[in-house]
Amino acid sequence: MSKTVEDIEKEIVAEFDIYDDWLDRYNYLIEIGKYLPLIDPTYKIESNLIHGCQSRVWLHAEMQDGRVVFSADSDAVITRGIISLLIRALSNQTPDDIMAAPLKFITLIGLKEHLSPSRSNGLISMVKQMKFYALAFKSK
Amino acid sequence: MKLSIEQIRSEFPILSQTAYGKPLVYFDNAATTQKPVCVIKALSDYYTSLNSNVHRGAHYLSIKASEAYENVRRQIQHFLHAGYAHEIVFTRGTTESINLVAATYGRKFIGVADEIIISHIEHHSNIVPWQMLCEEKGAKLKVIPVFDNGELDFEAFLNLLNERTRLLALTHVSNTLGTIVPVQKYIEAAHQCGVLVLIDGAQAAAHMKIDVQELDCDFYGFSGHKAYGPMGIGVLYGKEKWLNAMPPYQGGGEMILNVSFEKSTYNELPYKFEAGTPNVADAIALGKALEYIGELGVDQIEKREKELLDYLTQRLTEIPDIRIIGTASEKTSIVSFLIGEIHPYDAGTIIDRFGIAVRTGNHCNQPIMDRFGVPGTIRASLAFYNTTEEIDRLIEAIEKVKQMFA
Repeated sequence: MSKTVEDIEKEIVAEFDIYDDWLDRYNYLIEIGKYLPLIDPTYKIESNLIHGCQSRVWLHAEMQDGRVVFSADSDAVITRGIISLLIRALSNQTPDDIMAAPLKFITLIGLKEHLSPSRSNGLISMVKQMKFYALAFKSK
Repeated sequence: MKLSIEQIRSEFPILSQTAYGKPLVYFDNAATTQKPVCVIKALSDYYTSLNSNVHRGAHYLSIKASEAYENVRRQIQHFLHAGYAHEIVFTRGTTESINLVAATYGRKFIGVADEIIISHIEHHSNIVPWQMLCEEKGAKLKVIPVFDNGELDFEAFLNLLNERTRLLALTHVSNTLGTIVPVQKYIEAAHQCGVLVLIDGAQAAAHMKIDVQELDCDFYGFSGHKAYGPMGIGVLYGKEKWLNAMPPYQGGGEMILNVSFEKSTYNELPYKFEAGTPNVADAIALGKALEYIGELGVDQIEKREKELLDYLTQRLTEIPDIRIIGTASEKTSIVSFLIGEIHPYDAGTIIDRFGIAVRTGNHCNQPIMDRFGVPGTIRASLAFYNTTEEIDRLIEAIEKVKQMFA
């Protein structure tokens, strides 16, 4: 039995809780963003691109054994860090669980500002797009 | 400057705030400038003791409000050195000023296969209204290219001019690169071919002296909020002869003389272009802002901002890997830059956490980003109330960014 979205969210929050200082949290996020290979280059194409004014995000999704598998990338490292957290939480989950995912961890680890529409970094659209994919796979 | 920097900063209450527990450094003045106390007070004074609709009620308050509103129009006339107060039209901002010209002058005088010239360094708001007009009319948009240093190619512009050219819409100062465009020679050349010229003055007003008669431009637009005034009020200057020849912009009250169901006749200038209840409060507060600028002296502001520009440029140049986008010989205090290969969003996120407000992204200027092959830039835009100490703090933040993303 794989971990639930909720379990993973708790794990992430615990990892970030180690750091008191915002600078250390960002450093951790940058590390996550730097070293995680996220998307097959063949999927890094215009049709998978989510436009933001500030940074760009590519998102690919496919269905494997009733679960949605996401891969993604961004041209900005901080965005990539947050993406890898989102993928960790939502990838390999069922469409129902993805659609129901509260994604509270972003706020809990102090990165909520990156998911606000004013940042225009493609992340908020990415979350929407992940849920759309889940819905689309479910109704297939 | 007559006033000390402490005195000046004390006039801007927002500047003494903290952001993330650190003293706020506000370097996003090209997006909007902060407001001095006199402007903030003018807004509340208006609603406390003057609020009334203008030009219609023959009662005490309405007469007072109308006088105050029309005084600001005269003030703007002097600020721009325009010939007449009725050549000053109140708008919501530069964007509306440009759209007004596109929708009235453009609709009436630009037709199939006509050409409009803009430049590569225009803000989206001096691109899109013309694009929309061209689409509607079957006209063509031509673009003056930009050199690597951010200056426009004047020779290329001369080659774009032809008998089909109807209008040149050109920025006075680039909002991304800081380039001061020598608009006068563009205006002269355009006029020799009978081409009208609109100047987007959003980044120039309050940073340099503007004399529309000396420039001889046909239209000039600027925004109140980028000139220490409130948001939601702007200005369009137009030569009387063109404003008279143009059809009205929007229909409604105030812009008409007589209305019957058969036909309405339009009011005289400038009211023909000011349908509906105008933004009286913000206009009056803009008047205060211009008064404030006048007291400081535009030449003094220009001098101080040049010093800040030079200091910032010098400090940035000392850091290896800093790439300044826009190195024109004549610039305002706008500096766009990149730190090595670090994405502007990453850099901006960290700089923000140091309490420093810079803008990152494409600055409503996507064609420029494509031209320079960058995903965006970090833009620090300074105003006379900024200090060299604040610049030092930005430099420290940049050093930290370099460490974090190394």
